[in-house]
Formats: sequence, structure tokens, C-alpha cells
Amino acid sequence: MTATTKFGSLNAYEKGRVTIINDNPRNYVFSNVFEVADTSAPYERVAVGKNFEYVIEAFRAEGESPWYSAAHDEFVVAMDGEIEVHLVKLDNPDSVVAPDSQGAHRLPGDPKGRKMGKITLRRGHMALLPVGSAYRLRAAKPAAAIMQTILGPETVEKWATICQTKA
Amino acid sequence: MAMTNDTPTISRAGASKDTAVLNLDNSTGYRAFRAGGFGFRRDGYFAHISFPTGNHVMSIDAFLRALMRDVAWGFFYGTVNFDHVVGTVNHYGSVTLFAGAFNDAYTEAGRNHEELFDSAALMDIFKKMLADWTNDGFDPFAAPTETGLAWGSKNGANPNAIGRQRVTAKRMVGLPGDTPVRTDANGFPINRHFADVPQDLPTVEPEPGFENEVSAFNLFAYLSRSDVTWNPSVCSVVGESLFCPTSEEYILPIDHGNDRAEWFLQFSDEIDWDVKDRVTGRPRARVRMKAGDIACMPADIRHTGYSTKRSMLLVWENGSPKIVNLIASGKAPVVPVIF
Repeated sequence: MTATTKFGSLNAYEKGRVTIINDNPRNYVFSNVFEVADTSAPYERVAVGKNFEYVIEAFRAEGESPWYSAAHDEFVVAMDGEIEVHLVKLDNPDSVVAPDSQGAHRLPGDPKGRKMGKITLRRGHMALLPVGSAYRLRAAKPAAAIMQTILGPETVEKWATICQTKA
Repeated sequence: MAMTNDTPTISRAGASKDTAVLNLDNSTGYRAFRAGGFGFRRDGYFAHISFPTGNHVMSIDAFLRALMRDVAWGFFYGTVNFDHVVGTVNHYGSVTLFAGAFNDAYTEAGRNHEELFDSAALMDIFKKMLADWTNDGFDPFAAPTETGLAWGSKNGANPNAIGRQRVTAKRMVGLPGDTPVRTDANGFPINRHFADVPQDLPTVEPEPGFENEVSAFNLFAYLSRSDVTWNPSVCSVVGESLFCPTSEEYILPIDHGNDRAEWFLQFSDEIDWDVKDRVTGRPRARVRMKAGDIACMPADIRHTGYSTKRSMLLVWENGSPKIVNLIASGKAPVVPVIF
């Protein structure tokens, strides 16, 4: 028997669900990253997981993103489609984001620094967004991704909108 | 120890180191073991566990799969229920071995029993038990259709299977000096259930001088080459935020009782989760997760999962040392998000 692996995509995803026996469905904070990406604005970094200060953000990559930087590493995983990651080594990272700050910060314009390179991600690829750099994402067609990061000013929390609330 | 090696330990007075390797049974070839008042012996089909208030029997394949996880994960986070009776609770430096402690019928009848052990002492006897009771050809980490049988009298050993080193990337898989990607050449062929998973590499185009920082790898291809099931390994780290993806097939061999919130993101295929009350074991929910679904397991439940086709699951843990102290003081939040 040949097994077929099922991945989700923006155009084709099925949601499971929480079936309650004796609990509150909100306790499971259940959502779907493709649905969140599909129903949010491009590059709206929506928290789909939160564990103290840490978050997983889901977003739709479509067109060109702003430039972002963080005072710590972040990681992006392409879940569907193709996403370019452009990296710049900041000349003075502490002047761009405070060294004790958390999460991704949107930069007001192009970053000052040396080009580090470009990564093109497709489904399942994970990239390092290293501390001390700025990054911009670009997708010619709508794509979906998640970000491993820390809650920051760009993180959007709209749990009641994205999560299952009824048994 | 749990998923990271820097989890602080909390000393507890009275943690016992009273364990012993007992005599070899001439009829089966297996040794018996003792941890305080708990006795362990195996025969062709079963693990027999005795304790001052009763005794218990588990199918030996299920027992060895559960014991393997408890050993490999350093008693993990919270409670590792081998089944509805026997298990361990990690106090991060000491560990409680129990029978019936999280089973309301046992506790109401006064049949429950528990003892506190020094973690290293109990780990040592568990490792010896695992080594003695795992026969040649049986791999407790493998899916049932990918391994030999656990049954029968003593028949060799399988040290390579039970001695695997858990993968814990320091920053990200594939970075120079960090955990390597999996390939045919380093002994990780593509699993039969993931033969259709693309193995393409991300296109990485670093400028000169940034070859070590501009880095990416194919996480799904990496998971397609996992040779174990239900064994999360760290692939990327942001502070104490640990991405611990794993490949899952058949049944999670333990009923994991959380002491902190734990998140699952289904990367591929489908898993059904049975969720029960952590203390009583009474059912609370069933969670069906399909590709792209993300859900939290609250800190007051126990859960076990079922995956018919091998699937890819991202287990997301917070290994922060502060959580250990919050748990010890009873102040750890039960759910991570209130909305």
C-alpha cells in the first residue's frame, strides 16, 4: 500500500475540532494556521499559540512585507507556497531595536547595513532570522507561514475570532 | 531533565535511592528489579508490578514503549502515565513512582501507593530494566509494523535501539556545529509512509561572509526521515521556546499528564487525542487535529494520541526554568490564553 501524506494549503485545508465531554473548548485554543492566514491581512502576524512570552504567529505572505528586526533569533516555516527571505546585517542593531526588547519590530524604512543574502522557502522549509539582522519577506503568490518568536508589537492577538469557542 | 539539559533541579527531602537489581529468573531469563516497595518482573507476555497495596499487570510491549519514553525524556514534563495505574511524576531532581495515584477508583479505595525517589537512582534502575527486558529485534521507539516482537523468553538485547541520543539542536538543525540534517548517508532513509514527501532544499544564496548565518533546511524532509515515533526532538530554539517536531504512528505509549501548557501543531495528516482529567482520569474531550490545526493541552489534563498513518506533529514546549518554580508553588497557569 502506498501512503499519501496530507499537507494543508491556503486553498485546501480541512479543520479538525475539539469534541467536548466535560470541559470548555476555549481551554484548547484550537485554530488552523491556514484559515488564520487566509482570513487575515497580508503579513498580519496573528498569534495562534502562546506560552508565557513566547508565541507562534501565523501569517499570509503576499507581495512584499515591511522590514522587521528583533533582538533575538526568530524562525520562519513555510507551510504553503513560495516565500523569499531577504536579510540585511544591521550596522547598529541596538539603535534599531532595543537589545532587551521582545518580538519583531517593524522598521520605518530600509535598514542600514550589508546585504546578507536571500533564501527561497517552499513548503516545509525552515529558515533562521538571526539576531542582529533585518528581514523582509516577499511572495509572488499568496503563501502561508508560521513564525517562532516572542510576543511583540507586531503580534496580533484575536483569539476569540480564530479559535473554536463552542462545543 | 525533560526536553532540555538545563532545567533546574529541586531537591526534596526524603528522596530514596533504595533500588536493586534482583535475581535472574531461570525459567524466562529475565532479571527482576526493585525500587523501594515497588517490584518489577517480566515474563513472556507481561510486566508484573507489585507494591504494598496491590499489584498490576501490563502487556510487555506497551510497558517497554512507555518505559523507553520515560527514560529517553528524563521523566519528561509532569506525569508519565504508563497506563491507568502506574507512572511517574517529575519534580525535576526527584521523581515520584506511583500506582493508582491518578486513578480515582484506586484513591477512593485506598489502593494507591507512591514513593519519592532521587531521579538519578530511579533512572539508573529503569535503564537497567529496559536493557534487560528489551530483546534483540524489538525497538520500543519504532512503529509496531516496523519492529520485531517483544514477547517470549530472554533473547539477546538491543542496545542500539534503546541507547539513541535525543536530538537537541542548540539553535537550528543544519547550522554549522549544530545538529545535522538527516540523509541517507548518515543513516536516515525516508520512512515508508513519507515516500511522497518532497526532499527539495531551500534555495540559500548567502553573500560572501554570511555563509554561516544565512541558513535554512527542509524541516518536513527532516521529519520524513525520522526513525522513531512519538519522540519529540528540538529543532529550533528561541530563548526557552523549543520547537520539538516528531513523527507519530500508532499510539502515544504514555498518557502524558501535563504540568504546564503544551502546544501541538499538526504539520501533516491527522491525529486523534483522548484528553482526560490529569488527577482522576475521567474523560474531558477528544481533539481531532488535521494538517494546519494548532491546539493547546492545558496543564490539568492527561492526553494520549492515535495516528493511523505516520504523521508529522510539531510539539511546542516552553523549557523556561521559571516554570519549574511556578509548578512547585502551584502558581503555574492551567491555560495559556484567556479569551
